Amino acid sequence: MAKMAVIEGSHAIAEAAKVCRPAVVSAYPITPQTHIVEDISQMIADGELMNCEYVRTESEFSAASVILGAAAAGTRVFSATSSQGAVLMYEVLFSMAGMRLPGVLAMANRSVSSPLSIWNDHQDAISARDNGWIQLWAEDNQEAADMIVQAFKIGEDRRILLPVMVNLDGFLITHTYEPVEILDQNMVDEFLPPYEPLYKLDPKDPVTMGALAQPEYYTEARYMIHYAQLCAKDVIEEVAEEFGKKFGRYKGGLIDTYKMEGAEVVLISMGSVIGTMKDAVDEMRAEGIPVGIVKIRSYRPFPVEALREALKGAKVVCVLDKNISMGMEGAVFTDLKAALYNVKGSPDILGFIIGLGGRDITITDIKNLTNKGFAKMRGEKVSEMEWYKLDVDILPEGI
Amino acid sequence: MAALEDLFASGHRACAGCGCSLFLKTLLNVTGPNVIITEATGCMEVISTPYPESAWKVPWIHSLFENAAPVAAGIEAALKATGRKNDTKVIAIGGDGATIDIGFGNLSGVMERGHDILYICYDNEAYMNTGIQRSGSTPYDASTTTTPAGKVSFGNQSQKKNAPAIMAAHGIPYVATTSMGYPADFAKKVRKALSIEGPKYIQVHATCTPGWGIDSALSIEILRLAVETAMYPLYEYENGEVTSVKKIKGRKPVREYLEKQKRFSHLFKMPNGDKEIEKIQQIADLNAKHFGLDVVEKAKPKEAKAE
Repeated sequence: MAKMAVIEGSHAIAEAAKVCRPAVVSAYPITPQTHIVEDISQMIADGELMNCEYVRTESEFSAASVILGAAAAGTRVFSATSSQGAVLMYEVLFSMAGMRLPGVLAMANRSVSSPLSIWNDHQDAISARDNGWIQLWAEDNQEAADMIVQAFKIGEDRRILLPVMVNLDGFLITHTYEPVEILDQNMVDEFLPPYEPLYKLDPKDPVTMGALAQPEYYTEARYMIHYAQLCAKDVIEEVAEEFGKKFGRYKGGLIDTYKMEGAEVVLISMGSVIGTMKDAVDEMRAEGIPVGIVKIRSYRPFPVEALREALKGAKVVCVLDKNISMGMEGAVFTDLKAALYNVKGSPDILGFIIGLGGRDITITDIKNLTNKGFAKMRGEKVSEMEWYKLDVDILPEGI
Repeated sequence: MAALEDLFASGHRACAGCGCSLFLKTLLNVTGPNVIITEATGCMEVISTPYPESAWKVPWIHSLFENAAPVAAGIEAALKATGRKNDTKVIAIGGDGATIDIGFGNLSGVMERGHDILYICYDNEAYMNTGIQRSGSTPYDASTTTTPAGKVSFGNQSQKKNAPAIMAAHGIPYVATTSMGYPADFAKKVRKALSIEGPKYIQVHATCTPGWGIDSALSIEILRLAVETAMYPLYEYENGEVTSVKKIKGRKPVREYLEKQKRFSHLFKMPNGDKEIEKIQQIADLNAKHFGLDVVEKAKPKEAKAE
């Protein structure tokens, strides 16, 4: 019988990592990821995480390098980080994906300096979007834990062989207590077999990894990473369905939808804000307002086809971006527009920069921007991209 | 040695007279096949693995410029976790730029944590792969492309970072300097390092013929001069203490080492160049004094008696 517990998202992540039986865990502490690495340390200290080497490095750069080396040696690896730590890892993240080494990184999403802020937004992961890692995004503690298990299976699939980043909102998930079904070791063992690498560093069968590519080969090597990302669209769906059958929880594959029947305005985002959006939509639906939600679970690969299908009947889409590509707009907004650009009769799309640096997003906020979507539908003038609730009173004069 | 198969194959793209490729070939002759190598970005990585070719007949990995040490640590951890450690040796290799500059912080972390790896820095005293730019290991007054000698400059104005002493300060079991001018010394120290469990650091002086501006046939001779002039002292630290030094009989003046290299040729042409050479002599003298390199003649008391 499944065991339920009211635990922090961080603890749920650590428990999930444990039952995946990683051979090497390496990390460096950073707020708000710390509880994950502390929990794993305690598991090691208590002898609960057997046959696992835990390498406490002097930086995130080294933590990423350690798991890269351990993955190259043919073992299952896990790390966790956030924000500045993730930025310090970037160079290694590119290298690990380029070398087609699977592994899972839990990313406790946080804003990036400057100014210094320890609070949640999505800038850390969004700015890492082009490094070849698969990016999955969790809505709550349970989904974050389940996603860790799925992430190993997706990344280790022979069709993929890529590392996977599981994104969970800093504090909003990492430090929030929710009822979580603890993953059963035997069931996870059945779902996730031991990692069998295609190649590994082994004196009995020497290979060269990380060779220099001249222009004759570089493009093709990069294309193969892109191709693996495209293949991951099927694998992510398959693994989510298989997980659903085994554990009784299916929270969507590449995307999930909520109250989309007859929805004229559709709200799109990623992460824990989906929970607030659901509450807002429940209230609006009770008033007869036709609004629904599309949740993005896989940001890379970007679910182009799934989004096109899900948004067929929509009139206006409002995208909530907890990130900003400076000089342009929110990244999900840009990607969604690109995905729908050549689609006939595609909806109008509005972009909102919201919740940066931990600013609260309330049910009222969701309703307000939904109203802008309906205003757009009625033909009223609405700006295409908005910094939601930008406090002009604290900006310098003239801006 | 002749009977051994070369595990670092010929046909790679190193320059004639390259001291660093000699280092790799000799290293694998010592280690044999039961080894896993991680290597930093640099000349030796570039010349040995242009896809689809590889000179390596042992498992080898390159990830980035500054992470050969933590990648090796990850491999060592993986071998331990899966019970595959056996006698497999994990060796990380980097040039002086990768080791002493950009990768120094994470190298320190790996040494401090006690990973059972050997780190070898091939020290050719500048960023040679990118075209001879100054590193923290470039000697005083060497002309490089980022510290060129000019009308008002004698070249690099900082002294070579004392990386072996910093490594020894970690209290690790073994630190050594060696030189490809003395392959037997190199082989002996690698063998010794590999017999010790825990983190080990070896720094091997190796020529870069275009970087130093030397005749490729003189590679070994010049490396020996570095030792014979006390410009590159050879010694061993065990558990933080100096336990052996290579003594010098009849130490030669640094001038003999400097004059054979284009990177120091400005010192022999510029006004006041003599004073700079004197400063370099003082650096060598300090090395000799610090490590007690000079062999003291023992015959003198006997002569005094005869008078």
